[in-house]
Amino acid sequence: MSLFDHKLADIQGQLNKKEITVTDLVRESYKRIAEVDDKVQAFVTLDEERALLQAEELQSKLSSDSKGMLFGMPIGVKDNIVTKGLRTTAASKILGNFDPIYNATVVDKLQAADAITIGKLNMDEFAMGSSTENSHWAKTKNPWNLETVPGGSSGGSAAAVAAGEVPFSLGSDTGGSIRQPASFCGVVGLKPTYGRVSRFGLIAFASSLDQIGPITRNVEDNAYLLEAIAGLDPNDSTSANVNVPNYRAALTGDIKGLKVAVPKEYLGEGVSEEVRASVRKALDVLEGLGAEVDEVSLPHSKYGVATYYLLSSSEASANLARFDGIRYGYRAENAENLIDLYKKTRSEGFGDEVKRRIMLGTYALSSGYYDAYYKKAQKVRTLIKQDFDQIFEKYDVVVGPTTPTPSFKIGEKIDDPLTMYANDILTIPVNLAGVPGISVPAGFSSQGLPLGLQIIGKHFDESTVYRVAHAYEQATDHHKQKPGL
Amino acid sequence: MINSIVSVRTIAEVTDTMTKITTDEVKHVAHLARLAITEQEAEQFAEQLGSIITFAEQLNELDTDHVEPTTHVLEMKNIMREDKSTGGLPREEVLKNAPDHQDGQVKVPTILE
Repeated sequence: MSLFDHKLADIQGQLNKKEITVTDLVRESYKRIAEVDDKVQAFVTLDEERALLQAEELQSKLSSDSKGMLFGMPIGVKDNIVTKGLRTTAASKILGNFDPIYNATVVDKLQAADAITIGKLNMDEFAMGSSTENSHWAKTKNPWNLETVPGGSSGGSAAAVAAGEVPFSLGSDTGGSIRQPASFCGVVGLKPTYGRVSRFGLIAFASSLDQIGPITRNVEDNAYLLEAIAGLDPNDSTSANVNVPNYRAALTGDIKGLKVAVPKEYLGEGVSEEVRASVRKALDVLEGLGAEVDEVSLPHSKYGVATYYLLSSSEASANLARFDGIRYGYRAENAENLIDLYKKTRSEGFGDEVKRRIMLGTYALSSGYYDAYYKKAQKVRTLIKQDFDQIFEKYDVVVGPTTPTPSFKIGEKIDDPLTMYANDILTIPVNLAGVPGISVPAGFSSQGLPLGLQIIGKHFDESTVYRVAHAYEQATDHHKQKPGL
Repeated sequence: MINSIVSVRTIAEVTDTMTKITTDEVKHVAHLARLAITEQEAEQFAEQLGSIITFAEQLNELDTDHVEPTTHVLEMKNIMREDKSTGGLPREEVLKNAPDHQDGQVKVPTILE
């Protein structure tokens, strides 16, 4: 039995009744990390001394009226979100010793909400990947089966929550990087609406797609965490000036009459039979709760992967130009001149997948190819977005699987980029359209690997997404299962 | 018939009709991207980029002549802050992460011969 088996509201109840202390919670995290992280390898950097100090400070505030909404909660932060004074590497050699001098806005918000950062979580280098095999540090394992991947790129964030090392984590999602690992690890992961959460201090991969979001064991905790980190930020001009509601208030359990669209493309060929069966069961549950379920079509979603790789790689090639070995990060030795220094630094500092995407993006943006690839992809993005706009004129949510298959073996797909990219086929269109999407546990494969249900909502309507996710969760017991590590 | 969205082909399957990217093109792109690559890497990138680009060319199935490109999903423009100066980051802090510095400035190799 772990303290983290309870939801946030109950843990805070225990704190208030003085049955436990904030220090107990922080120690619980580090104890579990000491027990299992040799195997799972979710964390790349720990911050134990400071976390324990902060726990004592918070404990002395226990009877104060000004407690934050995440009071005393241990949280893990993906390693592409900068944390002042705590090494932040984006799992890359090129930032191997990077010591940030400011906090990302979400980290400031976590602190303002009285959460405690336990450490930094492993990921695919610069968030490029779907398996966390592209990390400079280690390959994170799936707590449900240590021979399989946790998904990616937020593999550390999902695995740490699934393994009970922390009850909460932050990930980032550019094409599925929160939802796909949440699905593979049997936890709850939300990609908010583009602009819902500030990106200030998130090491940029593809700026028009990136969003930070919460990963938790249950939907209610997820709603708390989003409420704490969401909102307008003067430091991010793409953060939206839209009121942040009380998401917990949406968790009524009532979805009677709610209109659910199921895209036929999401249950087509290439989606495994087990995955389809779990989604059909979930739809029965939603219908049983009074929702109206219809089949619809998102005709352009099959072009999502191609569109995504052109756009995200193009944006990445520009964003990653800043890593040049001059002002911070790794610098190669024995360079003959400045250009040589840039080239050696970047070639030695970046891993293979990052180089491949920089090359693809540079090619797509280069003279003579810009219209054929980059601009074409931007136009197809419009068509993909319009597909969603049309569905959302009539429906409240779109529901389907999060991934075509459950987790796969480490090493199985790493040599074939296109096969790896296909993993994100059901999550990518959501980023391209900028709408919010969540993955919630939806059962297990015959191999005992978690499956996920994806619920997609309208722009800035995370409340309805949470309402459906919560109603489904409360009607099932998938989220109560824990890996036998 | 349902046109499945899972239509990603493996490298082997697309090789036949592949868009050829030459190693010279790869070297040019690598130079633009400020990446040093070996001859062997150039060949590998040529094959991989060729297959990814071939895969991406499926977008040509769509007529997009009258479609506006999307650069940003939300309708916002010209987000301005107040025209007021604010403090910068402290120099010692900023230099902490510089690989090499001297007299309060970042040090780089010779730029002019």
